[in-house]
Amino acid sequence: MACIEARGLRKAFGPTIALDGVDLRVEEGRILGLIGPNGAGKTTALDAVLGLTSYEGELKVLGRNPWTERDQLMRDVCFIADVAVLPRWMRVSQMLDYVAGVHPRFDRAKAEGFLAKTEIKRTSKIRQLSKGMVAQLHLALVMAIDAKLLVLDEPTLGLDILYRKQFYDSLLNDYFDGSRTIVVTTHQVEEIQDVLTDLMFIDRGRIVLECSMEEFESRYAEVMVNPEHVDAARALKPIYERQVFGRSILLFDNVDRQQLAAIGDVRTPSIADLFVAMMGAEGEQRTEGKGQSEGTQGAAT
Amino acid sequence: MNTPSNARSEIPNESKPAAPAATSPTRPFYWSVRRELWENRSIYMAPLIAAGVVLFGFAISAIGMPDRRRATLLLDPVQQRARIEIPYDVVAMMLMLTAFLVGVFYCLDALHGERRDRSILFWKSLPVSDLTTVLAKAIIPLVVLPLLTFAIIEATHFTTMLISTAVLLPSGLGSTTWTILPFFQMSVILIYGLVTMALWQAPLFGWLLLVSGWARRATFLWAVLPWLAVCAVEKIAFNTSYFAFMLGHRVTGSFEEAFVVVKYPHGAVVSMVDRLTQLDPVKFLSSPGLWIGLAFAAAFLTAAVRLRRYRGSL
Repeated sequence: MACIEARGLRKAFGPTIALDGVDLRVEEGRILGLIGPNGAGKTTALDAVLGLTSYEGELKVLGRNPWTERDQLMRDVCFIADVAVLPRWMRVSQMLDYVAGVHPRFDRAKAEGFLAKTEIKRTSKIRQLSKGMVAQLHLALVMAIDAKLLVLDEPTLGLDILYRKQFYDSLLNDYFDGSRTIVVTTHQVEEIQDVLTDLMFIDRGRIVLECSMEEFESRYAEVMVNPEHVDAARALKPIYERQVFGRSILLFDNVDRQQLAAIGDVRTPSIADLFVAMMGAEGEQRTEGKGQSEGTQGAAT
Repeated sequence: MNTPSNARSEIPNESKPAAPAATSPTRPFYWSVRRELWENRSIYMAPLIAAGVVLFGFAISAIGMPDRRRATLLLDPVQQRARIEIPYDVVAMMLMLTAFLVGVFYCLDALHGERRDRSILFWKSLPVSDLTTVLAKAIIPLVVLPLLTFAIIEATHFTTMLISTAVLLPSGLGSTTWTILPFFQMSVILIYGLVTMALWQAPLFGWLLLVSGWARRATFLWAVLPWLAVCAVEKIAFNTSYFAFMLGHRVTGSFEEAFVVVKYPHGAVVSMVDRLTQLDPVKFLSSPGLWIGLAFAAAFLTAAVRLRRYRGSL
């Protein structure tokens, strides 16, 4: 059974289309990065998966309809949307009591164990905690829940680099066990490149790239070309070209590595570079039909 | 991505953690109600403070109480009791009014606050249904507040009686409060009055909860102005005030509906109940107004449950 399965997922907010017929399949045990520009429909897609928004089309999460069965689904799904959503009036101890009370899969001792490694006091109110501590608390709660799917929507937004690093480290070391599924969106793409098993680009409500990280590594190559080889390199039809310190860096899709090795240093591109390459090309079209795309950008952020 | 054999091998693992998932449905409800009490401490703090204020006033009145009591004892028994009962009635009225106001403002914020501070996203990430959440919020004005009010009024009455006993003891009148005031009878009248009032006002709180789940801002205005508009239209168009009367009756009418009331010669209702025989549950339960009101309450709450599914953060 696929963890998430969507067919023809559509969602419009008035005249703006946030999701434009998305087909999606996420298998169990994957860590999927959902990457896209602001307003691309990432949050709307995740909201649909979490039963927070209605949609047209078919969607099954762990075999359930998220819109009509949200409460049952949430026994097996956890999500961190943005650090700000924890209720500010609550005490840490009350939070533990409450989650232990309502969640059948919550292991309180485990959560206490994670909290013991932090500076968070049990008697503090959440409004007294720093942004980083709130994120630690939320992560401690979520990691103590034996869930099958974890959805992270910009989980590290506004955190400093230490907390961000720690966040993904604990997630990988203490949580991910190969059978759970994680879906994450973030703008700090470079930080999750080594974490992901799968990659998906979404733009203007459509999926524009979907591949595993193995595919990504074998398919895309970045070549730093010396000036004398630039014309030969361009003949191989790079999908993107940029200049760094007077040398050209060309990005190729599905071009033989040996052929590329002849014209310069070959390496695997970063997700961010590919993202810029693909969205940059889209961006040119974007400016042509400006009125339309601005509407799309405004929605679903 | 995932091989079929891999997926199959996980099936036995899946059946195990599914077992604790079948916990009783009352557990999330119980914790949701506790959560409301943690968040809204005014639910018990406001009546407690009101009780403190009333007790303070009573303590001041203790000066000169022996003389007044001697004068009271010269009256006939009915008047004796009426005279001594006054502060006890004031306590009950004050606390019931406080609880009503707390209930109104609690309801107006209950489904609005969680959207305003975006914590609704967190609550919705837990396996608690919208029905459980809305019912846990509705139970506060309909059950928790009346019971709490009853307990606090009883405690205040008891304290009041102890104070008066202590004050009157030196003059040898210490036992008169206890012989004249029927404490048990008063308790029965009080709890009956509180329960019937909660049932009678249920649609009111249901409406407030619905508005708090629906309005983006200014919940109080949305809750009140539409009804005022209807009253105004009726008054201008027909020069009548049936609707306004109906609304007023919904707020304060449970007294007339649930008790055999005594009328003054000029027609107004004597706002006093002092005998158990005045309790009239049969009249109350056979009043169509009660059942129509409860039907409206159920409709408002159902709408609030549906609405919570559609509404995210503001």
